[in-house]
Amino acid sequence: MNNVTNVVIAGLGGQGVIRASDILSETVFKAGMDVKKSEIHGMSQRGGSVTSDVRFGKEVLSPMVPEGEADYLVVLAADQIENNRPLLKDGGVLITPDCIDENELPNKRSLNVALLGVLSTYLDIDDSCWLDAVRANLPEKVFHVNEKAFVMGRAAGKPQGA
Amino acid sequence: MLLSGNEAVALAALQGGVALGTGYPGTPSTEILENFERLGGRSQWAPNEKVAFEVAIGAAFGGARTLVTMKHVGVNVAADPLFTVTYTGVSGSLVLISADDPGMASSQNEQDNRHYAVASGIPMLEPSDSQEAYDFTRLALDISNRWNTPVMLRMTTRICHSKTLVRHDGKTQDMPEASFERDIPGRVMIPAYARPAHKRLRDKLAVIDEWNNQEGPNQTISDGQELGLIVSGVTYNHAREAAPGASILKLGMTYPLPFDMIREFAESVKRCVVIEEGDPYLADAIRARGIDVESKAEDFRFGELNVRRVRKILAGDTSPEPKPMPGKPPQLCLGCSHRPVFETLRDFDCIVAGDIGCYTLGVLPPFQAMDTCVCMGASIGVGLGLRHVLPEDQARRVVSVIGDSTFVHSGITGLVEMVYNPPPSGHVVLILDNGTTAMTGQQEHPGTGRTLGHQPTNQIVFEDLARSLGIQRVHVLDPTSDRDNFESVLRKSLDCGEPVVIVARRPCILAAKKIKAYERAAKVSCEACVHETAAAGD
Repeated sequence: MNNVTNVVIAGLGGQGVIRASDILSETVFKAGMDVKKSEIHGMSQRGGSVTSDVRFGKEVLSPMVPEGEADYLVVLAADQIENNRPLLKDGGVLITPDCIDENELPNKRSLNVALLGVLSTYLDIDDSCWLDAVRANLPEKVFHVNEKAFVMGRAAGKPQGA
Repeated sequence: MLLSGNEAVALAALQGGVALGTGYPGTPSTEILENFERLGGRSQWAPNEKVAFEVAIGAAFGGARTLVTMKHVGVNVAADPLFTVTYTGVSGSLVLISADDPGMASSQNEQDNRHYAVASGIPMLEPSDSQEAYDFTRLALDISNRWNTPVMLRMTTRICHSKTLVRHDGKTQDMPEASFERDIPGRVMIPAYARPAHKRLRDKLAVIDEWNNQEGPNQTISDGQELGLIVSGVTYNHAREAAPGASILKLGMTYPLPFDMIREFAESVKRCVVIEEGDPYLADAIRARGIDVESKAEDFRFGELNVRRVRKILAGDTSPEPKPMPGKPPQLCLGCSHRPVFETLRDFDCIVAGDIGCYTLGVLPPFQAMDTCVCMGASIGVGLGLRHVLPEDQARRVVSVIGDSTFVHSGITGLVEMVYNPPPSGHVVLILDNGTTAMTGQQEHPGTGRTLGHQPTNQIVFEDLARSLGIQRVHVLDPTSDRDNFESVLRKSLDCGEPVVIVARRPCILAAKKIKAYERAAKVSCEACVHETAAAGD
């Protein structure tokens, strides 16, 4: 299973965690990979903790990222970092809201897409796949705001020469 | 394409010629009918699962292909028709989706509905991903039609909500023409006709059993003789990942079970382990046939399985599992109309018989104003029971709290009970009417006056219904904008010694905008209609 990349996106209900994992899944799908995406939702709409698992590669089996095996952990809420940290593998990459300046965001609701922009700097996938997936998963009228957020995230990414 | 299991079922239903989809919303099944409607299928919410199932039976008696969806506990509500429609069989197709929730992400229990297949004699399929959710829905429709039997597609939360790749040919099967053919001994289950019907059911199951052994949707992946795993549903994926070198028997049809195939597989490997989520349904059935297989340890009956837990099962490791770090629990939204209600119930020190919906969150701090929650509609019966036996000073504090959709689902009969057997201290039923089935994602119900697709239809008015039952004290108020009035009405009602219904009405804060938009659209179409009629009259 070494060919599988594990991403967990975490945050609070209403922050766009599931939307972000939809965008990521569609991006890697467009890039020609097998992908499985899984989360538990239901109660999540009421502001509680939400996580969504995305796994992609040549062939993905289980849809769930085993604890401690996430290559990337993307957290949308500062207070959700510690409870989700055990999901990350040793040496895995943690992407948090302070990766970008929220005040610079054209719309604060685009934080999810901005953090995907940060994530994108670690993955070898064409920008066009990302932006097509953003367009497909969000209303057309907010596309440009999210495109800007994605570009911002991309610029903010690649810390420590990754 | 990348689809959730629920989306895949909806697509398969559409392409499989389903004429009617019916059900009651319940996580994780809800999105099936919503997607079926979005794709152009005819989809409707019923007041509850029993009615949904009965409507589907009628449509299938008429020769149509039908789909009926519900969460696992919904099958309890629909169990009465289920146990007899297996006797009658159907003319068209009838596929029951049971969406189980191991781990209880959003449910009050984690019952394993595979037992229902055995108990009622309904053939059962278990998909392991979205592709199989699609394929098995098509297959279930065909099996149902071929053997004139209802078929259950048993899904779980991970199958319903995970997105995985789905390939399909895009072709749509023609809908069979519905037409009534009389078959009185086949469909009227008086004892004289039901006795032979039961024998027919067992004969039919024997034939399906034979078919399942020969050409059922089961798959053997041979990979050495050391270790063999018998799996079904999502555990197939966990098992392959946890034990890449093992041979696997993946069961797609898990009732009737293909025991010949299972025996052959078990005998072909040195060690054979059944990997299954929930109850040891497969392992018990297989061992009862004298086939030597290992089952998981008792700890793994609880919660979902994953790759790590499957590794533990295979290693015979029963050491305590690390507890997941607690996250932030869900809570009532800021501005939610339930908030002032639960603050008041807490401040009045009421004994609250609660029910199922967002408002169950009234049990958590800062409210902690719920004392019982059992199943859909139970608040009224449980509240009445408490009133009947408690000493008067306690009885007078008892309130039944129920949401609007839950009230329609199974609260109405509770209200009838209150009228028929009123406790000496009276009783208070508080209907929290927020104008939507909020918890499951804002679905319509008969009290909203709109259909599944948000089109106007006839509306059940709770206060009129209560009055028509002979309840004298019926109050309608907004607990947020008129909290003082709510508190004084509740105070008086608790002490009045009579049955009381209070409808606390204020739209869900998340749904309010959409509700307004639906109402505006309805008004526009209504005006257009009046305009047209007037024009036609000129």
